[in-house]
Amino acid sequence: MTIQFNEETFRDDYSFHNSARAIKRFPFPFHEDSYMYSVNMEQHRGGPEGSVYENRFDVDEHYLAEMRDRAMVLADDPLRCQSLPHMTLAGWDLLEVIMVSKSEDYPDLFELHRDGDRWRWINKPMGIDDTFTFLDETTLPYGPMEYITRQAQGDFCILDQRDEMLWMDAGMITTQADWSLDFDIGMNFFEWHAPVPLAHELGIFTRALKFLLNIPQGAPARRLNWTMTVNPLLDTSPENYHKWGIQKTSLTPENVGSKQHLRVELQTFFRLPRSNALVFPIRCYLIAFQDLVSMPKWGRRMHRVLRELPDELATYKGFIDNRPMMLDYLSKFDDGQPTSPGVWPDPETEPPLNTEIRNHTDGNSVDHNRSA
Amino acid sequence: MNTPPQKSRPGAEQIPVVVSAIVPLNDLVTRFEFCRPDGQEFPPFSGGAHTVVEMRDHDRTRLNPYSLTSDPSDSSIYAISVRRDEQGRGGSLFMHRSVSVGDAMNITYPVNLFSLDLRAKKHLFLAGGIGITPFMSMIAQLERMTGNWELHYSVRNEALGTYVDQLRYKYPNKVHVYYSDQNQRIGLEQLLDGQSLGTHVYVCGPTGMIDQVHGAAAAAGWPEEHTHSEEFLAPQPGKPFEVRLCKSELTIQVGENESLLEAIERSGVDAPYLCRGGACGQCETDVIRADGEFVHRDHWLDDEQHSSGQKIMPCVSRFLGTLELDR
Amino acid sequence: MSKFQFPDSILSRPVYGTLAPRQGKSHLMIADAEGAEAILDLAARDAGLMSNSHIIYIPKGTDFAPKLGALSVAQLYVGPSYEASLPRLRHVLANAHQGLQVYLAGTEGLIGQAQNEAMRAGISPTSIQTEHRGSVARRMQCVHCKGITEDVMHDPFQCAHCGLHLFVRDHYSRRQAAYQGVCVDAEDPGSAPDPVELYS
Repeated sequence: MTIQFNEETFRDDYSFHNSARAIKRFPFPFHEDSYMYSVNMEQHRGGPEGSVYENRFDVDEHYLAEMRDRAMVLADDPLRCQSLPHMTLAGWDLLEVIMVSKSEDYPDLFELHRDGDRWRWINKPMGIDDTFTFLDETTLPYGPMEYITRQAQGDFCILDQRDEMLWMDAGMITTQADWSLDFDIGMNFFEWHAPVPLAHELGIFTRALKFLLNIPQGAPARRLNWTMTVNPLLDTSPENYHKWGIQKTSLTPENVGSKQHLRVELQTFFRLPRSNALVFPIRCYLIAFQDLVSMPKWGRRMHRVLRELPDELATYKGFIDNRPMMLDYLSKFDDGQPTSPGVWPDPETEPPLNTEIRNHTDGNSVDHNRSA
Repeated sequence: MNTPPQKSRPGAEQIPVVVSAIVPLNDLVTRFEFCRPDGQEFPPFSGGAHTVVEMRDHDRTRLNPYSLTSDPSDSSIYAISVRRDEQGRGGSLFMHRSVSVGDAMNITYPVNLFSLDLRAKKHLFLAGGIGITPFMSMIAQLERMTGNWELHYSVRNEALGTYVDQLRYKYPNKVHVYYSDQNQRIGLEQLLDGQSLGTHVYVCGPTGMIDQVHGAAAAAGWPEEHTHSEEFLAPQPGKPFEVRLCKSELTIQVGENESLLEAIERSGVDAPYLCRGGACGQCETDVIRADGEFVHRDHWLDDEQHSSGQKIMPCVSRFLGTLELDR
Repeated sequence: MSKFQFPDSILSRPVYGTLAPRQGKSHLMIADAEGAEAILDLAARDAGLMSNSHIIYIPKGTDFAPKLGALSVAQLYVGPSYEASLPRLRHVLANAHQGLQVYLAGTEGLIGQAQNEAMRAGISPTSIQTEHRGSVARRMQCVHCKGITEDVMHDPFQCAHCGLHLFVRDHYSRRQAAYQGVCVDAEDPGSAPDPVELYS
C-alpha cells in the first residue's frame, strides 16, 4: 500500500481535505442514533483491512501535514511537550513500540535495524535516517518521547502507574481538544478529568480507571471519543483559545457544511514494558459535515445524535451556541429512515437520502448560556 | 466497533516457551530458564514483574505466578526461581519433579504488581527468603539506569541463601545479608531512621515481615505511598464446598485441593485473572447468596467489603457452606 | 475564628482539612497570616510536637508572631514574604529525612506553593496536611501567557501580565500551585461580564 500524502494545512487557509478513501475509512463514533458516555473499551488487535483500526498506529494521507503542523506548534510553545524526570524510561518504551510497530506495519515507509543497543531508524516520508544508542539520551536530538512523537500522528499521554492510580506525567500534546498539558501534568486520573461533566456521577471514570490499571502487556485496548471543531484546526488548545475561539462565530448557514467538522479521537492504550507505564495515544481525525453526509447513514445518525445530546455535553464540548445551525444543516440529510446498527457507513446497503420525507424537527430547545 | 465492549480475556496473553535450563540453587530453590521455540526474543519487562506458568499436571491445569528473576534487558531468556513447598498444593513440586529441559510450556506475558516507583531518590529493598525473587530484576533494571538502591536480605542460613553469593560478588557495597540461624536481624528502626527524603522502601517475604515493615515505616512517620510490598498468596487447601454459578447456570463442586477460581475454570467458565494470588483484583466476583461462612484470604478487598458478604476473590478465598455467584 | 466553607466542587480542586498532630521525628510548619491560628490550635492539641518543630511564618500584616514565638519551638522564622523564605525552605527540605511531617496553613496561594516545594523534594502530596485560614483569594495562572496573578478576588479578572480578561476555573494544578484562568470573551471580544467577588 502506498500512501499519497496530502499537501494541506490545518491553519490560515485551512486547505485540509479528506480523499474519498479517507472519508470511507473515517472512524465514525456513533454505533446507534444517540450518545451517552460509556466505558466503550475494546481490544486493540487490528480491525478490518484498510480501516483506521487495522494497525497499531495508523498512518494516513495527513501524516506529513500533521507533522509539519506539530513542528510549528512546538516552535511557538515548547511547553506542549513535557516529561517529568522519572518518565524518561517510559519515553524509550514509547519510542520502541512505535518504531517496531511502524516498521512492521508499514515496511515501505519505515525501517528499523537493531544491532544490540545500536539502532538505525529510517523514516522515508520525513526523510529521516538516524543511528543512535537505545537508552542513551545523548545520541538523539530530543528526548526519546519528543523524538518519536515528532514523527507520529496524534497526541500522546504517558501515564505513570503507582498506588493503584494513573498519573499524567509526560506527554506530547499539540492536537488536543481544549486541555493543557502544561497545566495538567502531574495530575492523577480523576483530577485531569475533573472538568468533564456528568461522567463522574455515572461512575464512568472509576470503572475506566480499574480497566486501565489492569491493561496487561501484549493486550492493548482502544475507544473513541469525539467533539466538534469549526475549521479543520488541529491545535484547539486552551493556550490559543483567545485566538481560535472567535472562529466558532464565523459559522453561517451557507458555510456550515464546509467549516463545521466532526472531530474524532481514536484513543488507544498500551502497557509499556520497561517502565510499566501506560501510553495513551489520542489520534485525531477530522471530517467536514459536507463529507460526513456523503454517507447517508452517517448524515441521518449525526443529526439524531446532536438533536438528543444533553445540553451539559454540548456546552462542555463547546458547540452549544452553534447547535441550532448545525441541526438546521443536518436535518436536510435526515429523512427519518432507520439506520443500521454499528459504526460502519454501509454505503452499499443503506438507502440513499429520500428528499421527499425529510425530517425538519430541531428537537429540544437549546440553551445559549455559555458557562465555565 | 459494532460489538458491545469486550471483556478482557482471562489472564494475560500467553507465550509458548521451552525449558532451556534447570539450575538447582540450593536444597530448596531451583532456577528454571525458558527460551522461545521460534528463536524470537522475549518482550522486555519491568523490574518486579511476574509471569503465570501453566503446568499440565495430568488431567489438571495449574497456573502459578512466579517473579521473573532474569535481567529485564536480556531478552534471550526469561527465568523464574521456584522454592519447593512440600506442604503446598503441588505446583512447586510439579516444577521440581516433573519438568525437564526441553519441555514445552506456556507462560504469560509479564504482569507487574510490584513495580519500582521511579520518582524515588533511593530504593531500599528488604527481602526475606524466597522474597528475594522480585528484587533480582529490580536490581538489574536499576543498575542499568544507574539507580540508587540498597538491599537488606534475611535468610535462614548460609546453605539456603538464594543468590547471596552472586549478589555479594556483583554489588559488595549495596547488599547486606542477615542469617537468622546466627541471630542476625534487619534492624528496621535504625535502617528507616535517617533515610533521605524521597526514599522508598520495598518488602517481599513472609507475611510477618511485611506487616513489620509497614508498621515500622508508619511509626517512623513515612507516608503510605513510600512503602511497597508484594506477597503472593498460594491458595490454601480447605473443605470442599458447592457453588452455584448463576450466569452460567451451573453448579460446581470445589475440591479440597483446588481453588474456587480453578474449579470455575475447570467447569469451562471464563473468569478473569492476572495474579492468582489475591493481589490484582481482576477476579473479584459478586456474591448473590451465601449460606455459610466466608474464608477471605486476599489483599484486594478491604475489611468492610470482606464483612459485607457481597464480594469474593475466588483465586485464594474459600467458603464453608453453599454459595451463589454472579459468574 | 470560624473557617470558610468552600462550596463543593470538581475533583481537581484542593480540599483542606484541620491540622492534626502526627508521628514523626521532625515537623515542618509553614503558614501565612491567619494560618498562624491553625498552628496555635495544633500546638494546643499536642504541645510535645513543638520541640521538634520548625515554623516558617509570613505575617502579611497580622500580629501572630509573638504568640508563635511563645511556643518554644526548635526553630522559628518570621519572614517578610513567601519568596524571601524560599531559600530557607528549600534548604530545610534538601536536608530532611523520611518521616518529616509537613503542616501547611493559611491562604491557598501559600499552601499550594509550599506543597509544591515539598512535593519536589520527594514528599507525597497526600501525606502533607493542609488547613485553610484567612483570605479566600486565589493564585491564578493565565493559560494563555502562563503568567501568575496573585490574590485574585474577582471573576472574571484581568491577567496581570497579558491583560486578557479571564474567568476563574476550579481546575487546579499542584505543579503550578494555581487555578486556571481562561479568556472569558474569546468568542465575542469586548463582551467580558462585570467582575463579581468570589463566593459572593
